[in-house]
Amino acid sequence: MRALRTVTGRAVVLDRADVDTDQIIPKQFLKRIERTGYGEFLFFDWMRDPDFVLNREESHGAPVLIAGRNFGCGSSREHAAWALEDFGFRVVIAPSFGDIFRTNAVNSGLAPIALPAEDVARLREAVGRQNELTVDLERLVISHPNGLRIEFPFDAHSQETLVEGLDDIARTLKRGEAIDAFEASYVPRFDLARIS
Amino acid sequence: MSARTLFRKIWDAHVVEQAPDGPALLYIDLHLVHEVTSPQAFESLRVNGRPVRRPDLTVATMDHNVPTLDGPITDPLARAQLEALRQNCEEFGVLLFATGSGREGIVHVIGPELGLTQPGMTIVCGDSHTSTHGALGALAFGIGTSEVEHVLATQTLPQALPRTMRVDFVGELPFGLAAKDMVLAAIGQIGVAGGQGRVIEYTGDAIRALSMEGRLTVCNMSIEAGARAGLIAPDDVTFAYLEGRPCAPSGAAWEAALGAWHQLPSDEGAVYDDAATIDVSRLKPQVTWGTNPGMVAPVDGVVPDPSDFSDPDQREAVERALRYMDLAPGTPLVEVAIDKVFIGSCTNARIEDLRTAAQVVAGRRVADGVHAIVVPGSAHVKQQAEDEGLDAIFQAAGFEWRRAGCSMCLGMNPDILRPGERCASTSNRNFEGRQGAGGRTHLLSPAMAAAAALKGRFADVRELS
Ligand code: SF4
Repeated sequence: MRALRTVTGRAVVLDRADVDTDQIIPKQFLKRIERTGYGEFLFFDWMRDPDFVLNREESHGAPVLIAGRNFGCGSSREHAAWALEDFGFRVVIAPSFGDIFRTNAVNSGLAPIALPAEDVARLREAVGRQNELTVDLERLVISHPNGLRIEFPFDAHSQETLVEGLDDIARTLKRGEAIDAFEASYVPRFDLARIS
Repeated sequence: MSARTLFRKIWDAHVVEQAPDGPALLYIDLHLVHEVTSPQAFESLRVNGRPVRRPDLTVATMDHNVPTLDGPITDPLARAQLEALRQNCEEFGVLLFATGSGREGIVHVIGPELGLTQPGMTIVCGDSHTSTHGALGALAFGIGTSEVEHVLATQTLPQALPRTMRVDFVGELPFGLAAKDMVLAAIGQIGVAGGQGRVIEYTGDAIRALSMEGRLTVCNMSIEAGARAGLIAPDDVTFAYLEGRPCAPSGAAWEAALGAWHQLPSDEGAVYDDAATIDVSRLKPQVTWGTNPGMVAPVDGVVPDPSDFSDPDQREAVERALRYMDLAPGTPLVEVAIDKVFIGSCTNARIEDLRTAAQVVAGRRVADGVHAIVVPGSAHVKQQAEDEGLDAIFQAAGFEWRRAGCSMCLGMNPDILRPGERCASTSNRNFEGRQGAGGRTHLLSPAMAAAAALKGRFADVRELS
């Protein structure tokens, strides 16, 4: 996974609450067995509306998505994070996220930043005047050319994953001894031989 | 030791290692796999030369894509995805219940049915409705594909400690209502993000009074309240359900397991981070009117007016929802006509659900112009229903009787709504386009879906003459 340290660029404001992953990437695109190429299907049904914000010229190539509360709720499909990332987004800022989406985003190299609704509103106002934001994942601060600076909390584990572009599995496999020790006294709860 | 919740007991027993100020590395007792969220995970294992660490704790099934009519799979992409699962399971030594094996079914139906799901376990699956398994007192949650790969490779997952929430159902559920009505009402009350970041434990007399299958329905929809997982403490109902199932412990192991399971319920005085109380004593059958499961009303209610909502976000969401659903504010729900009925999904396609619906439709006819299908949750449920003659009852009433799978719950197979069609559905999500682009979904219980099929519009099943 590529490292994500600092991102500067335009933001797209998607002004809707409870955007579920069925909207981000509808089911007909989940039949593919690849991990890439989902960007063209992002918000597939909403994209058919020419006025939808992502159809605007300035949305293309914007690295930041500013969304409403509970963004990415619903289905666990990681394809939603892949589609956003493939479309060009590196950061999603929202008052809150669906739990599974949040983890999927981190594992896909997309930073999900939760901010109090007032801060999200300030960012929206700022990019409405001049559309440029810098998101610094190392210092955990978002800044705007007008001087606005918003610090945000981010758990250290996810931060490390994103900033270093880490393979989370390699990190866990380093804990192999601890897993071995746990398994030494582990008894499976069922025997699949009974049903195979 | 201080008083602990059911959740905390399961969590503590599975911590492999606790990073200081970081996530815990949690051991996973059962990993369920299906065709849609696993191919990229297996592919990455292959690329990195990593084996599946514990094939003996991993079970795969085919459910999301499978056609429910007889005959071959005509969709080449679906066929390729199912074939990929077959090959991956073979290559990595994972037990697969393929279509036609007699054990296949919706992943959340077969886990409990086979006795794989047991109290005190940790269970994951690349599917958000994994919360279903919590009904047996297991900590079960949905994960993404990267995490599927993580569990395949390590049998563990790094997890931050979630908050806990107690949802207490008080009062006695009126006759004719079901677990689905309880959980829809709960989501309506706490909201679709009310459980975010939390593991919910459902408590109260109304929960205790539910059958195992009703409890599975309640826990299934935990994710629709935004929760990581839903849990119900195991009791005699749980044990009676489990005893004798193929993978449940037997003999001396059963006695030992029972002893351990009796220790699981939350201790007296255990503290939860949040709490909600739902009074079910005057509950009415629930029907959703909008585009998320929290947009719900009693069947004798009306479609709400956006101006009733003071929160601007919510008002706008309701406006959008009514536009999408083509409903006018103030319309009584019993006047809303439907085109299709879907009885199925991991929420409501177990044998009791089918029995309840069959009882409602027995000797009656589906309304003219309504297309109604029943899709059993597993091959086993289908067989059991046929042994009981339920298929004949449904078919005589004009329902189609299908093979097991997810089917119209998400419409990845040919069972979809056409644009503008309105469906009474026993599934769990009424999101825009969930059952087919432009389709309109109303969630309700199996009995209420059956009543809607007979009337051609929503109706209180208790008032059917
Ligand atoms: S029945 Fe529906 S909700 Fe359940 S696993 Fe299948 S697609 Fe998901």
